[in-house]
Amino acid sequence: MMRRILALAALLVILPARSVGAQAADARPVVIASKPFAESYLLAEMFAQVLEGRGIAVERRAGLGATEIAFGALRTGAIDVYPEYTGTGLLAILGEPPRSDPAAVFGRVSREFGRRWGVRWLPPLGFENTYAIAVRKETAERYGLRTLTDLARAAPQLRAGFTPDFIGREDGLPGLRAAYGLRPRSVRPLVQAVKYRALAEGAVDVIDGYSTDGLIDRYGLVVLEDDRGFFPPYEAAALVSARLQRDRPDAVAVLTTLSGRLDVRTMRALNRRVEVDGEPVARVAADGLRELGLAGALDRGDAAPAARGGSLGAYLWERRGALARLTGRHLLLVALSLLAAAAVAVPLGVMLGRARAGAAEGTVRAVGVLQTIPGIALLAFMIPLLGIGMVPALAALFLYSLYPIVRNTYTGVRDAGPEAVEAARALGMSDAQVLRHVRLPLAAPSIMAGVRTSAVIAVGTATLAAFIGAGGLGDPIVAGLALSDTRMILSGAIPAALLALLVDAALALAERRVRPRGLG
Amino acid sequence: MLAAEGVVKRYGGVVALEGVSIRAAAGECVALVGESGSGKTTLLRCFNRMTTPDAGRVTVEGADVASADAVDLRRRIGYVQQEGGLLPHWTVLRNASLVPWLRGEADAEAKGAAALEWVGLDAAELGGRWPRELSGGQRQRVAIARSLAARPGIVLLDEPFGALDAITRADLQDAFGTLRRELGITALLVTHDLHEAALLADRIAVLRRGRIEQVASPEALVRAPETEYVAGLVARSRLGAG
Repeated sequence: MMRRILALAALLVILPARSVGAQAADARPVVIASKPFAESYLLAEMFAQVLEGRGIAVERRAGLGATEIAFGALRTGAIDVYPEYTGTGLLAILGEPPRSDPAAVFGRVSREFGRRWGVRWLPPLGFENTYAIAVRKETAERYGLRTLTDLARAAPQLRAGFTPDFIGREDGLPGLRAAYGLRPRSVRPLVQAVKYRALAEGAVDVIDGYSTDGLIDRYGLVVLEDDRGFFPPYEAAALVSARLQRDRPDAVAVLTTLSGRLDVRTMRALNRRVEVDGEPVARVAADGLRELGLAGALDRGDAAPAARGGSLGAYLWERRGALARLTGRHLLLVALSLLAAAAVAVPLGVMLGRARAGAAEGTVRAVGVLQTIPGIALLAFMIPLLGIGMVPALAALFLYSLYPIVRNTYTGVRDAGPEAVEAARALGMSDAQVLRHVRLPLAAPSIMAGVRTSAVIAVGTATLAAFIGAGGLGDPIVAGLALSDTRMILSGAIPAALLALLVDAALALAERRVRPRGLG
Repeated sequence: MLAAEGVVKRYGGVVALEGVSIRAAAGECVALVGESGSGKTTLLRCFNRMTTPDAGRVTVEGADVASADAVDLRRRIGYVQQEGGLLPHWTVLRNASLVPWLRGEADAEAKGAAALEWVGLDAAELGGRWPRELSGGQRQRVAIARSLAARPGIVLLDEPFGALDAITRADLQDAFGTLRRELGITALLVTHDLHEAALLADRIAVLRRGRIEQVASPEALVRAPETEYVAGLVARSRLGAG
């Protein structure tokens, strides 16, 4: 049964992968990535279509984790290009203090990125996307808010909902506090997907938006003016790897045709179509390019889901093929990482079960520390070593799966039937025979319980694999969060939850089967 | 034949055995009697090298156990512990056949079945059952059968009847005593029950705090206790009465 599922999963993954692997190394497609928010998806899709329009093959890796993952992937050549913002480059990547002159910031990041990593900023696309501190219209009227200085005055009465990122960044809340003395009554961390709705429904009074967000218009929000010029310029531009500059100057030249062509109004309108109207990214990108007179590769065919009004059931049914493929991929990630983890953790647990108690407990705890590393951080560590895609995702899932198996094997083997072990030894079983005929059979249910725990955790954790382009059911979850598309989120979350239940039930059955019959 | 000479064993600062010497002749049953912590179980376990003495010499059939292969030695000596010693995931027959199987004997199962019959169990009926499906007394019979299946000349027993109710215990004591004499087995029997020792053993060794107080036949022990402690033990057990 298990073998058949594995084979099926492998098939699902290998089929699409073959077409990529078959290409010669020098004809590798241009790998285009984005970060997980709507504008980034849209820009990346425009990069992709403009290249395809000139007959250049591309591969899309949309929705890579966050700045450190996307940039890490670019620096190591795992991806070739993604849209980035000069202010983010200056503050988050270079770690330098903010400056207010856009040209100076672009000059600085261009020079430093080239010098340090050979990475090139193409000339900016033509619009800025800075932080936009926004409030409801009534709030603005009631407190007379026009600028951030006004906001600082009224802040003790207001509840803020900021992205976790913003709460921590120097160019976010800590900086605003220093520059304006901004101290809201409360600060609640909110993800991009729920921020606007929380504001509109009055759960919070002030949020951090992006100046190009389509949702600002939709909810009729008031963006407060940065009257002290605190936020640095965030000019959008294509960030290009050293490899692409060296191997594909033609692709770099094509990407440059977008420079200076997108103004803030155009961008906001395009974002609105994706974020508010729920149009597919590919279609909006194609329309945007057409309006610029740049022929994209139109009608990619696979990207025409129903409008957002339809039922969830119909939406899931329509995407059944893609979802089956993602589920297969997800299962493969879990199965491979789990098999590898079991292959290492069971022997390790057995060894520890027979080692000195102090040393064994110490080792088990050390393995447990792995469990405490946040998923995104672990994935970010993997990139310099393993790049992006399936391999680092498997490595991360493997590490997360070790602890429950090691712990259960260790305690299972150590505590297995003490009287039976004693009798077996006293009657002349060798240590190896005691292990094989007594300890392991009696510990088997405990070992399987560890595998089962790891498997269920892995099904959940594997959704994070989407952040490093490994695919799986995390893909629609990440994209849905970025595009504020609840149905898309559910189209990943529901199968993932079902998969977790299914895996749990299957392994519960396995647990019962490995339980020696004499134990009842 | 079993012999211990000047055996010393310490666990950290605690002395378990403080220079103990004892012998059991071929076919003899010697009971080791004493309170918890007297060292009787430690002494028993020196004979199959489940415990290694710090000093002194232990011999089995004239050979020093220190130079024997522990696994090989144990396969030549039967062993019964108080309870729970059966492998719960093995059938009764497989449990009973354990030692012949370990010794690679082709007729291991037949020997296990024969041993089950010796202790009064129907191998055909019970051989396929799991240990948990038997009563406590039946399980202990299986444990005794298992210790005898390979026909060892020597059996070590550690409170083998301690966990059983009085009637079952009396039945099993009888069965074991008869069987041991028929098979001519040399036995060391650890017990805290002087009645049991008197019933089954040819001689009784009384241990106290890691030393031997007296070794004597049951009659001699009752008639002429050599120390106050032994006298008290005999008096409390009312062994001489009636």
